[in-house]
Amino acid sequence: MELLSGGDMLVRALQDEGVDLIFGYPGGSALHIYDAIFRQKKMKHVLVRHEQGATHAADGYARSTGKAGVVLVTSGPGATNAITGIATAYMDSIPMVVISGQVPSDKIGEDAFQETDMVGCSRPIVKHSFLVKNAEEIPTVVKKAFYIANTGRPGPVVIDIPKDVTNPADRFPYRYPEKLRMRSYTPAGKGHTGQIRKAIALLLSAKRPVIYAGGGVVQGDGSGLLTELAQRLNFPVTNTLMGLGAYPGSDRRFLGMLGMHGTFEANTAMHHADVILAVGARFDDRVTNTPGKFCPGAKIIHIDVDPASISKTIVADVPIVGTVKSVLGDMVEMLKGTDEQPDQSAIVDWWRQIDDWRERHGIYAAPRYRTDGDMLMPQEVIRAVHEITEGDAFVTSDVGQHQMFAAQYYLFDKPRRWINSGGLGTMGFGLPAALGVKIAHPDTDVVCVTGEGSIQMCIQELSTATQYHLPVKILCLNNQALGMVKQWQEMQYEGRLSHSVYEESLPDFVKLAEAYGHLGMKIEHRDELHGKLREAFAIKDRTVFIDVYVDPSEHVYPMQVMPNGSMRDMWLSKTERT
Amino acid sequence: MRRIVSVLMENEPGALSRVVGLFSQRGYNIESLTVAPTEDPTLSRLTLVTIGDDHKIEQVTKNLNKLIDVVKLVDLTEGSHIERELLLVKVRATGAQRDEVKRSVDIFRGQIVDVTSNMYTVQVAGTGEKLDAFLQALGEHTIMEVVRSGVSGIARGEKVLSV
Ligand SMILES: Cc1cc2nc3c(=O)[nH]c(=O)nc-3n(C[C@H](O)[C@H](O)[C@H](O)COP(=O)(O)OP(=O)(O)OC[C@H]3O[C@@H](n4cnc5c(N)ncnc54)[C@H](O)[C@@H]3O)c2cc1C
Ligand SMILES: Cc1ncc(C[n+]2csc(CCOP(=O)(O)OP(=O)(O)O)c2C)c(N)n1
Ligand SMILES: [Mg+2]
Repeated sequence: MELLSGGDMLVRALQDEGVDLIFGYPGGSALHIYDAIFRQKKMKHVLVRHEQGATHAADGYARSTGKAGVVLVTSGPGATNAITGIATAYMDSIPMVVISGQVPSDKIGEDAFQETDMVGCSRPIVKHSFLVKNAEEIPTVVKKAFYIANTGRPGPVVIDIPKDVTNPADRFPYRYPEKLRMRSYTPAGKGHTGQIRKAIALLLSAKRPVIYAGGGVVQGDGSGLLTELAQRLNFPVTNTLMGLGAYPGSDRRFLGMLGMHGTFEANTAMHHADVILAVGARFDDRVTNTPGKFCPGAKIIHIDVDPASISKTIVADVPIVGTVKSVLGDMVEMLKGTDEQPDQSAIVDWWRQIDDWRERHGIYAAPRYRTDGDMLMPQEVIRAVHEITEGDAFVTSDVGQHQMFAAQYYLFDKPRRWINSGGLGTMGFGLPAALGVKIAHPDTDVVCVTGEGSIQMCIQELSTATQYHLPVKILCLNNQALGMVKQWQEMQYEGRLSHSVYEESLPDFVKLAEAYGHLGMKIEHRDELHGKLREAFAIKDRTVFIDVYVDPSEHVYPMQVMPNGSMRDMWLSKTERT
Repeated sequence: MRRIVSVLMENEPGALSRVVGLFSQRGYNIESLTVAPTEDPTLSRLTLVTIGDDHKIEQVTKNLNKLIDVVKLVDLTEGSHIERELLLVKVRATGAQRDEVKRSVDIFRGQIVDVTSNMYTVQVAGTGEKLDAFLQALGEHTIMEVVRSGVSGIARGEKVLSV
């Protein structure tokens, strides 16, 4: 058997696992590993400018490809800088493997230079973690880490490796395990047939059904089956923020997003539904509003691979534990095998009712924002980008109003195209995530929709884009404020804008982009919007920073009424309430 | 409601901290917790007592099951079971007190396991309630130090928790 050092073993194990790309940042405890990386050719390493950027880039790569993202950082500050990105991936159930260097085994616990207890720090935000004790364990630990990260409910896994374990002087036999047996970990697969049958019976009896599909459908590659099911039954579909693209946004059965900033028709239909099919969605509080008032007349079918997601906040009438692919597959087969159909006249009436809601307050039936003023509206900017990219770009986003406008107005027809931090809501996610996406999809447009606030949280990654020639488009909806915070202050704190504005301190983003070697562009007027955007998107080989000045007074609507509101209680504009 | 959850898990470093972390992270409470390796040294058996309604307990067991190190678990309070806790107590005992303490120890079927001219160390096993009753019987003024192991438990009959 081949003899390898721990550092070489790690690199070989990653290669044997099929990893061809890692994002990282070197430092003392990781130097043996970095040297092993230098001496190989199969795996590309991208040097970011901040470890947070590495995690978000790996995350963007994972969300857009379905493959686990891989990160390598050093101990201490390198490891703690990665924490925000690990938590971001954890909250959205994204597969990721984070390898952190650690101080040598005999120094652990001595407050050694750049020592932090990484396994301890990351414990609440990982699916699992390993502290490697000796080099011989490395192949098995790597195998387990990827298996755990990718299967069941995906999530980040940390591998913490003390420096002595990767010492080039100590060599051991290397063999990558073909198979794994873990008696303590058996992720769910197929759903219970009896439960699926019950679900089908309930769906066939529905008069006012809604399919509520989430990120699990995107991550679990269930979009095709979901679409088939919805079309076969002619049922309306709404997606969570994480689920956008799970069902084609341009299909008439799509009601738009639901929840806090969901559409009037999606939230109202949910409230009045008699049967809700929840698939790969976790009844988040940004969706349900007040749980006690959630969809009073609905029977709930809930499909999720994680039993702990089921009946956590909203009790399911028909719980089904299994992967979306397997369970939706079984459901479609069962429907094919029966002549029974839902009550057609009831479904027609239901659609008539939904179409009426759409007409009355839907954001897709008519513009619900000012179209006559001087200022550009953020919604029309997103619409223009949708038009120019033919609805087919990868769109990453930061966090705030711009994120919600992108979610509402860029209608995604495909899964994995909309890439944003939903659960943690991490400002700074958008740009590094876009770089991770671009590496995986060099021939497709990648747009980072951001705000002048968020972009400054990971702006250093503009330099990474330069080094690796990653031509992404950065669309900054510049409202000169922490807009989402300001909106809440205007709605709930009588307009006291406590520290949500910058007092003329914003940088000149055009110059800033140029300083990094990119192109900068400023858009201020409606008549230049389409022309300049087309110009920007025609440039395929440069990163372009498009700084678009939008109406700073605009709010995101609809917005559910809180606290104590139900799904259907919404502000529709600054003055109009349901 | 008070529940006794018994967990079989990998005897790995870090496994215990994940269990304890889960409770603090999700705001579940732990009344007591005991853990030790089983006859198979790769496995540990952990018993914890927690308090919560059915919904809370369902979440506790689901989230425990989700931990990668956890192999199996059972809520012992769902069926008939035996629960035991060990108490060690140092009791002041001089003069006439010595006989009094001895009598109480006999009534509760405890044992005196150490002795000096001024005190006894007493060991009693039983349910938590029995141990509470014993301490009450001793009367506060005689108690110098108390150690309780926390509850251990096992199901009655042929049901076993094993891999
Ligand atoms: C400013 C802001 C505003 C927001 N407003 C809204 C809003 O208006 N509406 C909204 O919806 N969200 C909103 N969010 C996002 C919200 O916080 C949650 O992230 C989101 O609602 C969760 O989406 P989800 O239910 O699809 O679950 P996800 O977090 O995507 O979880 C996926 C679920 O699917 C399961 N799963 C994973 N893989 C599989 C598989 N293969 N098979 C079966 N099940 C699987 C998982 O176990 C999990 O339960 C907002 C976030 C921010 C930052
Ligand atoms: C790291 C981090 N800090 C704070 C917040 C709270 N927060 C949510 S939205 C927001 C404002 C974002 O401003 P900007 O990026 O300009 O977006 P806008 O809302 O103006 O479109 C803030 C501060 C957050 N989500 N993430
Ligand atoms: Mg802003």
